[in-house]
Amino acid sequence: MAKVLVVTSGKGGVGKTTTTAALGAALAQRGDKVVVVDFDVGLRNLDLVMGAERRVVFDLINVVQGVAKLPQALIKDKRLENLWLLPASQTRDKDALTEEGVGKVIADLRSRFDWVICDSPAGIERGASMAMRFADEAVIVTNPEVSSVRDSDRIIGMLDSKTVRAEKGERVEKHILITRYDASRAARGEMLTIDDILEILATPLLGIIPESQDVLKASNVGTPVTLSNADGAPARAYMDAAKRLCGENVTMHVPAERRGFMDRLLRRRAA
Amino acid sequence: MSMGLLRLLRGKKASAPVARERLQILLAHERGMRGQPDLLGVLREEILAVVSKHVTLDPTKVIVRLERGDEVSTLEVDIEVPNDFERKKVAVA
Repeated sequence: MAKVLVVTSGKGGVGKTTTTAALGAALAQRGDKVVVVDFDVGLRNLDLVMGAERRVVFDLINVVQGVAKLPQALIKDKRLENLWLLPASQTRDKDALTEEGVGKVIADLRSRFDWVICDSPAGIERGASMAMRFADEAVIVTNPEVSSVRDSDRIIGMLDSKTVRAEKGERVEKHILITRYDASRAARGEMLTIDDILEILATPLLGIIPESQDVLKASNVGTPVTLSNADGAPARAYMDAAKRLCGENVTMHVPAERRGFMDRLLRRRAA
Repeated sequence: MSMGLLRLLRGKKASAPVARERLQILLAHERGMRGQPDLLGVLREEILAVVSKHVTLDPTKVIVRLERGDEVSTLEVDIEVPNDFERKKVAVA
């Protein structure tokens, strides 16, 4: 049974595209057949983060409008056999995303893949509402920071009222993914804690991705972080999150502060 | 424990609890408002309509402010009324 998963947040810059690429790759690495779909019409970036920016011929809107057939627009990943990308249009207007057209494309993707992962644009406008419209599950990417948590709350409200599932009286299964978690700031009491965020949003936790250079390096070279540095902390956290999405019970690892002796010495002197 | 101790030694106040409290208050309010008509907008429109019956108003000279408190909130409507409005009214009458 195919699952449609939306990666959303409300707020921009929290790590939706990174997360879409990483979870997509992680699920494909586990053997599932995955397509990642960019809904950020006009500001596409998933192609860049996936390293497929020079292979885009057709896009989601071409398929929605019937200009291209779905197989023509799908781009196969060069590293993973089971991973595909459906890019967003860079030029068209987001109003071209009609509900009927998007619904047809999603239904078609459902018949071809195990996972359809929709990368939502920031905001609560048409692109974001279309990305979540047909979702079975949602990953709400949240930073430990007040504006991100507020926007996540708003998005949760939309998932519970504006999706096809919600309108049918069914539930969209929601998960919080905390990204850019900084253990040292948490230890100093400068950052909302995991418990604070989960209590406020009343939604279960899918994973905690630590703030790391790995993430920036991965997008620099156009490789999902689970492939670029598979042993790094973010990659392991994303792999664990993917396992939880598949129903596995994996112990939650809260990133701890790792500081060497010299680090401590230097920091103390700098302070 | 160690967090508190560290803070005590450094003499700094943690900002995270403040963030949590502000969020809890704000979201409790926003969740209540979801799907409701925009109260501030409705009040503004209706108050303006009533005043406009008697005075010619410049919509840009109307300021509406809302201050949300824990117990009560205040809605402040500041309407600039031209000094000659009485005369106009008499002229109409």
